Amino acid sequence: MKAHVWVMLKSTVLDPQGTAIQQALASLGHAAVRDVRQGKFFVLDLDNMDRAAAQSEVERIARDVLTNPVIEDFRFEIVEDAKPALAR
Amino acid sequence: MKIGIVVFPGSNCDHDAQHALSEILHTSAEFIWHQSPDLTGFDAVILPGGFAYGDYLRTGAIARFSPVMIAIARFVRCGGLVLGICNGFQILCEAGLLPGALMRNKGLRFVCRHLHIRVETTATPFTSAARPGQVLRVPIAHAEGNYVCDAATLAGLKHNNQIIFRYCTPDGRLNPATNPNGSLDAIAGICNRERNVMGMMPHPERAVEAALGSIDGLVVFRSLVQSLARQPAAAVS
Amino acid sequence: MSHAARTPSIVETAIKVTPEIVADHGMTPEEYARIRKILGREPNFTELGIFSVMWSEHCSYKSSRIHLKRLPTRAPQVLQGPGENAGVVDVGDGLAAVFKMESHNHPSYVEPFQGAATGVGGILRDVFTMGARPIAVLDSLRFGTITSDNGAAPEVVARNRRLVDGVVRGIAFYGNCFGVPTVGGEVEFEPSYAGNPLVNVLALGIAPKNQLFFARARGEGNPVIYVGAKTGRDGIHGASLLASAEFTEKSQEKRPNVQVGDPFLAKLLLEACLEAMATGAIVAIQDMGAAGLTSSSCEMASRGGVGIEIELDRVPQRETGMTAYEMMLSESQERMLLVAERGREAEVFHVFRKWGLDAVEIGRVTSDGMLRVEHHGQIDAQIPANALAEQAPVYQRPIAPPKPSLACDARVALSTAGADLTSNFRRLLTASAIASKRWIFEQYDHMVRTNTTVFPGAADAAVVRLKGTTRALALATDGKGRWCALDPRAGAMHAVAEAARNVAAVGARPWAATNCLNFGNPEKPEVMWQFSVAVDGMAEACRGLSIPITGGNVSFYNDTLGKSIDPTPIVGVLGVIENAAATLTMAFRNEGDAIVLLDGRADSTRATSSGPRERESLREFASSEYARTIAGIVGGAPPAADIPAELRLIEALVGLAADNILASAHDLSDGGIAVALAECGFASDGLTAEAAWHTDAPAELALFAETGARAVVSVPQPSLARLQTLAAQYKIAALVIGRVTRGYFQVSLNGVTIIRDHADSLREVWSGAIERAVLNEPAPKQT
Repeated sequence: MKAHVWVMLKSTVLDPQGTAIQQALASLGHAAVRDVRQGKFFVLDLDNMDRAAAQSEVERIARDVLTNPVIEDFRFEIVEDAKPALAR
Repeated sequence: MKIGIVVFPGSNCDHDAQHALSEILHTSAEFIWHQSPDLTGFDAVILPGGFAYGDYLRTGAIARFSPVMIAIARFVRCGGLVLGICNGFQILCEAGLLPGALMRNKGLRFVCRHLHIRVETTATPFTSAARPGQVLRVPIAHAEGNYVCDAATLAGLKHNNQIIFRYCTPDGRLNPATNPNGSLDAIAGICNRERNVMGMMPHPERAVEAALGSIDGLVVFRSLVQSLARQPAAAVS
Repeated sequence: MSHAARTPSIVETAIKVTPEIVADHGMTPEEYARIRKILGREPNFTELGIFSVMWSEHCSYKSSRIHLKRLPTRAPQVLQGPGENAGVVDVGDGLAAVFKMESHNHPSYVEPFQGAATGVGGILRDVFTMGARPIAVLDSLRFGTITSDNGAAPEVVARNRRLVDGVVRGIAFYGNCFGVPTVGGEVEFEPSYAGNPLVNVLALGIAPKNQLFFARARGEGNPVIYVGAKTGRDGIHGASLLASAEFTEKSQEKRPNVQVGDPFLAKLLLEACLEAMATGAIVAIQDMGAAGLTSSSCEMASRGGVGIEIELDRVPQRETGMTAYEMMLSESQERMLLVAERGREAEVFHVFRKWGLDAVEIGRVTSDGMLRVEHHGQIDAQIPANALAEQAPVYQRPIAPPKPSLACDARVALSTAGADLTSNFRRLLTASAIASKRWIFEQYDHMVRTNTTVFPGAADAAVVRLKGTTRALALATDGKGRWCALDPRAGAMHAVAEAARNVAAVGARPWAATNCLNFGNPEKPEVMWQFSVAVDGMAEACRGLSIPITGGNVSFYNDTLGKSIDPTPIVGVLGVIENAAATLTMAFRNEGDAIVLLDGRADSTRATSSGPRERESLREFASSEYARTIAGIVGGAPPAADIPAELRLIEALVGLAADNILASAHDLSDGGIAVALAECGFASDGLTAEAAWHTDAPAELALFAETGARAVVSVPQPSLARLQTLAAQYKIAALVIGRVTRGYFQVSLNGVTIIRDHADSLREVWSGAIERAVLNEPAPKQT
């Protein structure tokens, strides 16, 4: 099974990279893009385990390691290998 | 008196800090491998600059899990003096030993140049030898020095006099144009509430000899050495 | 492991070697016949691949070898000349400087960030594999133009800007993380590089001279140990070939040709290698650069006169299902191969484990001179190591000078006498060759290791001190593509002369050189002619200045759509400053100091106050930066290179610096005297120049001509007489042309003011021009 973890800067924190991308898009004529936030996406390949156990394990990893709670938020989902791993 | 310099995989200013302490300040300085769980015999600890663990994931994010960081947390609780420079500052923030975080520079690029910082308080063991308001010419070299924290934390930093250095003009004025990285309130260095842990983005160890272009960084190390001479070492088991 | 004595049966590879496959490997039928003769049989597919990389132009220097022999490589200070991972010279106090320059041009065009990053990584490994800790990096970069005012197409300009940005970020990414200061280099922007940028990287390391390591395997039975990153399918050549028959399996898309650098891993590798070397258990070591496992194993065996056998099943692998062919040709980064003393492997493993690195015994040294490769219990390749490393064919390719171009007779239309040239001067200061490179070098950590005592832009050369001694080393790179296009021989001579002059201008004695020879397709006779005469020019200049060349790199096939780049031989000169405290920079130091033009060509007995003599003809002036930027002309011929004059000037600069007479020194280069005077002010703390002299030459030539063997120095007035006495002893001219002042920069000729502008305003246009061009921002309004 796999876990997908998204890490984003908190909405209250300025994202200089996102701002730069938004400005670049505007200069390329994509005027409809009002804002860009850049984040990180992790794919964790897990040993097969109980889904609830995986939930709590991944939550701990995401909270303690993958994010800095001062500036970042996360969300995650557990994906069974049988299913195609599609981002929502 | 013995000062420890932590070596993480990817630290690259460890030798520079040692050179400054041993060759210029004639103080005993030894390396501490990041897997060492024990700081016995050290009177102060420096977390040097560099790219610990390649700065992969986030700057300092993996280094904070090194065994030495548990020892450092204990050392800090016992009142030991800890100085984090550049990457060391980032690690101390990640480890929760200093408040806030260091983000990507506003200009999105690595910046290496000399600039000026103002000593905002001399009431720390790291600036006690400086004059209040003294302007130091020191270099920076980082891509992630943009200090951020929430409003309550910033209020706390100000209230408790924890902001130690701010980026400034050569004559000591604050000016948005002199902020090299977008740092909140032009913060270049802070300490914890107990004032025994300091983090700073500029590199004082690169400004300790005239041949390097400045000797203004000496005041940080002189303060540290004098403070240690005045007070007994932290009782660390 | 098999026994060397056993007659091997070489495995039959799945892919049969056919004439088409031989051709796809870039080999001629004659080269293939040579392989058959060496082996006494047909090679299998793996062996063909191994031969093809080792006999490639890149690894074998087959087109350049006969020419490179003409370069001077010996001198008493040379501890190691060409042929090892890097050159080594004795720099005194028991220390050796290990340095070399290498190109990474093609990868940087395909993927500028990773291409430049892995270019830095490759040369750093070459240096630390010899036991030297890298202490400085310089980059010599060439791109197409980044402004559209010369009629370049907007999409070309935009692509060039992206390349500049990507390459600079890549260099910064790798060097900053690795912890080596990027202290200097140069960058130029010329149309000829638009389809083929040049990324040449010079690395300098320092080691005790009795603790150097070489890539010479010895000791039958000694273990061969693989350390560092795992092997993947990175950078395997001949992707078109791999698309054929048996290889059209699903692994196809897993073969990236872009190598990805990991400076963090390289930093660990550096520390671990130096620590492992200190144990005394290491016999030989080489990094796995181009042709990875193949080149490192056969070169170590060949140099040591032994054989090496390796078992591929033991090689740490990042991907599954790799063939012997793929593993032998992989160019995965951050790997080293070493030979240890049998019985002391544990000491080596211990060090690498401490640093968290893979270290695996994958084979052993044999006595039969063979490179033997085993995979899945079978012998996949067995080739005499010496045949791979030393017996590549050597070509004397046809040479033919190109037809002279019409541009040879180009002339710059000169203004009338006494005209105000201030606005032309301001434009010249924004020319990419002259404008400040601050935007680039501030992205590099140029101070880490606290040895850098002269920062980028502060002087003609970078200076790093040697801790624990009174000495410092100076480094400068130079290459004159535009001049080489007009006259490759003179251009190459000027490249050597300018790099040496740069080093002398900080007070360092030129001590040794490395080069990176960037040219087009050597199968074109006119390219081979450019190469041959450039080597001649370089050899003559190096001989004349007593500078040995201790190594370097040749980069051919710099062509896009059949058009070759301007021939670009880059030279990196290393200099030694005995007394680091006497280091000079270009910055004016004191208001009121005299400004003196030193000219190595002048016979000092005849040099009087009549003004600097202008020998530069109008034809030569057509090849100047002024001609290009202001008149839009690239033509004429480079000024004649006068090596004896250069030598006199260099001796004088070194001697005057050691005597502590000068306050500053700066050689004359792009933009001539006027630009040099302005730059001495820009580097200073608010000072500038006020100059005036008499001349018979047209104003443009007097101010902007780029004749060599000249420098401007500033000197406190009380020392002026002594300077003139010493100049006479060095047989150079020393002409007082002005004084250091504040406020307005001013140059007058024959009593008429030709340039006058506020120094701050000039500094502003000069300092921001590159950043504005790369980021496509508007220029500030003219004051």
